[in-house]
Amino acid sequence: MKYVDEYRNGKLARAIAKTIAAEARPDHDYRFMEFCGGHTHAIARYGLEDLLPKNVRMIHGPGCPVCVLPIGRMDDAIKLAQNPDITLCTYADLMRVPGSNGMSLTKAKAAGADIRMVYSTLDALRIAQEEPQRKVVFFAIGFETTTPPTAMAILTAQKLGLQNFFVFCNHVLTPAAIQNILESPDVRELGRIRIDGFIGPAHVSTVIGTRPYEFFAEEFQKPVVVAGFEPLDVMQAILMLVRQVNAGRCEVENEFIRAVTPEGNLKAQDLVSLVFELRDSFEWRGLGQVPYSALKLREEFAAFDAEKIFSVTTVPAKDNPACECGAILRGVKKPVDCKLFGTLCTPETPMGSCMVSSEGSCAAHYTYGRFRDAKVPEKVAS
Amino acid sequence: MNAPRLKFRKLDIKNGRIDLSHGSGGRAMAQLISEIFKEAFANDLLAQGNDQAVFEIPAGRMAMTTDGYVVSPLFFPGGNIGSLAVHGTVNDLAMSGAKPMHLSASFILEEGFPLSDLQRIARSMGNAAREAGVKIVTGDTKVVERGKADGVFISTAGIGIVPDGINLSGENAKPGDAILVSGTLGDHGVAIMSSRENLEFETQIVSDSAALHGLTAAMVEACGPQLRLMRDPTRGGLAATLNEIASQSGVGIRIEEDALPIRPQVAAACELLGLDPLYVANEGKLVVFVAASAAEKLLTVMRSHPLGQDAAIIGHVVADDHRFVQMETSFGGGRIVDWLSGEQLPRIC
Repeated sequence: MKYVDEYRNGKLARAIAKTIAAEARPDHDYRFMEFCGGHTHAIARYGLEDLLPKNVRMIHGPGCPVCVLPIGRMDDAIKLAQNPDITLCTYADLMRVPGSNGMSLTKAKAAGADIRMVYSTLDALRIAQEEPQRKVVFFAIGFETTTPPTAMAILTAQKLGLQNFFVFCNHVLTPAAIQNILESPDVRELGRIRIDGFIGPAHVSTVIGTRPYEFFAEEFQKPVVVAGFEPLDVMQAILMLVRQVNAGRCEVENEFIRAVTPEGNLKAQDLVSLVFELRDSFEWRGLGQVPYSALKLREEFAAFDAEKIFSVTTVPAKDNPACECGAILRGVKKPVDCKLFGTLCTPETPMGSCMVSSEGSCAAHYTYGRFRDAKVPEKVAS
Repeated sequence: MNAPRLKFRKLDIKNGRIDLSHGSGGRAMAQLISEIFKEAFANDLLAQGNDQAVFEIPAGRMAMTTDGYVVSPLFFPGGNIGSLAVHGTVNDLAMSGAKPMHLSASFILEEGFPLSDLQRIARSMGNAAREAGVKIVTGDTKVVERGKADGVFISTAGIGIVPDGINLSGENAKPGDAILVSGTLGDHGVAIMSSRENLEFETQIVSDSAALHGLTAAMVEACGPQLRLMRDPTRGGLAATLNEIASQSGVGIRIEEDALPIRPQVAAACELLGLDPLYVANEGKLVVFVAASAAEKLLTVMRSHPLGQDAAIIGHVVADDHRFVQMETSFGGGRIVDWLSGEQLPRIC
C-alpha cells in the first residue's frame, strides 16, 4: 500500500530503535506522554514497547474523545435517543459506551430507539433531508479533527433551510487538556509523575498547526513533537524527544512535515470559530472539570443546538469507585495497577472510560499487550 | 362437451412478489415450490415431493452441521445469499474431512420480496450444489409479514461421510504443529462492506465464497493422519478461529504478520475503514493445523489446487497456559491477536 507501507518498515524501525538505545543516557529514565489515543493504539498494535530500551517509557494520555466523554453526557445522548421523535446519528464507537445503570446506545437501540451509525456528518445531513418528519440529532464528539466537519454540517443545514437537523455538541480541545495535566497536583506539586515531553497528534495539528503548543514548551519547559500515527512516525518522534532532553532543549518540533504547518488549516479554524465558542468549563471523564476545554454552538446557531432545543440538563454521574481511569488518564497509574483491569473490566464489559474505546489505554493494553504482564515464571532448576 | 380443464397460470416471475398466500400451505405455496425451488434444485430425492428425503447411507461415520444466512446486501460481488448458504454448509462439513452428501434448505421470505430475486437466489443455490456434488434433498418455506424479515433468510443443514481413520477436532492442536491458511484473508468481508449502501466505495474485490470440499479431499488424501484439524475462518475472521482453537486445545499460538496472505486492495480498504483484516470474514478459506513434519508437503498439495494457490504457513503452536494468540508484527514487536469484542466497528479518529 503506497504511502502507508513506507511508514511501517520494520527494518527502518529497528535502525531507529538502535539509535534511540545508543543516544538515550543510561543514567536517565525518559518518560514521554503520547497525548492521543491514536498513538496509544499504534504503540500497542505494532508492539513498539518491545523495540524501546527499558529506560524509555511511554505514558498514555487522555486523548481519546470516547474515553473522556463523561457518563452524564452519555446519559444525555441516550435520553435524546429515547425520545420517539428523534433519530440519533452517532459515530459507531459510541454505541457500546456504558452510561448510568449499564444503559448504552446499543441497548437503547435494541429497546426501539432510532439510532443510526454514521461515518460522517454528511450521512446525518442526508438522513435529515430524506426524512423531514424525523428530528435528526448528530451526536458530535471529538477533538479538533472532527470539529470542522460538524461546523460545515451546521452551515450546510442552514443553507438548505433544514429545520430538523440538530447537533449535540461535545467537541473538546487538545491544548486545554495537556495544560490541565501539566498543572495537576500529581505533576506539579506532588511530583508523583514526571513527564519529560509530549508527542502531539498530527491530525489535530493539520487543523490547529503547531503554534498552540509553543506556550507549553516555554511555560512548562516541556519539549513537544507533533507526530503522525504510523509506527515509524512514533519511533522518529521518540528519538526527537530523546535528543531534545539530552540537549536540554524545550521546543515544539514537527515530525509530520508531510502535512502539518505552524499555522494549520486557517480555513477550518475560521469555520470552527464562526460556528462555535468556548465553554467556560466542561467535565472530562478522569480529569474532572477543565476550564475552557470544550466548544458549544454560538447563539446565532441556537436553532441547531440540541442542548437548547431539547432542554438537555446534564446530571453528573460517578464512575465505579474502584476504577482507576482518572489516574491512568493523567499518567499516574498503569492499567495493571487497577484492580478491575482484566477482571471485572474487559472490552466486553467495560467499567471505566479507558476500556471503552479501542484507543483507550486499558483497552489497547488488554487487546494487544497483556501477554507482557503474564510472563511465564522461570523454571527453578532442580 | 369436454369438462373445462383446470389450468394454472404460471408464476409471474418477472413482476410477481411474495405474498402471504405463498406460505399458507395452499396451492400458491405448492406452485412456488414447484416452479422456483424444484426447478432450481432439480434432483430425484426432492422430486419425490415428500416431507422428508429417504436415502441409503454408506457404513462409517457421518458429519452433520447447520447454519443460518442473513447477509445484507443479498447480492454482492462474487455471489449471493443462495450460493453462500450452500458453500458455508458444504465447508462446515468439509472441515471435518467429510465428503459432503446432502443438504436441506429452509427459507423465511418477507412479504413483498420479488420472485425474480428469489429465482436468482434459488438458481445460484442449485448451481452451487451441483458444483459441490451435493443435493438439496428437502426444504421448507415460510412467509412473514412485510417488515418482519429482511427479504430472505436461509437456513441450510447438511450431512457428509467422514473417511475412515480421519479424526479432525479443535482440541487436537499440539505444541510444535504448523498452521497454514489456504489463501488471502478478508476478501468476503470487504466485498460485502464495499456494497453496503452507506459506504459506497468502488473496488474490484469479490467475495471468495467457494466450496472447499475438493481442496480438503486432496489434503486428507495426502496428509490425512498428520492433519490435526481444519476450520473455515468465517465470522470473526482468522483471529476468532485461532482463539477458538487455542482455547479448545489448551495451547498458545504464534503467528507472523509478514506471512499472512492479504490482498493489497483488502489491506487498503481495511485501512480506510479502520478495520483489521484478521477479523474480517472469509467464505472460501480454511485454516489447517498439521504435524510440523508434514507442513511442507501439505503446502505443496494446497498450492496445486485452484482454491489453495495462495496458501501459506503462517505460524505454529506453542505450550502456553494463558492460551494467548500472539503475533510478531512486521514492525518487529509483539502483540496479542485477541477475540473481537463487540462488532468490528470503524474508529472515528
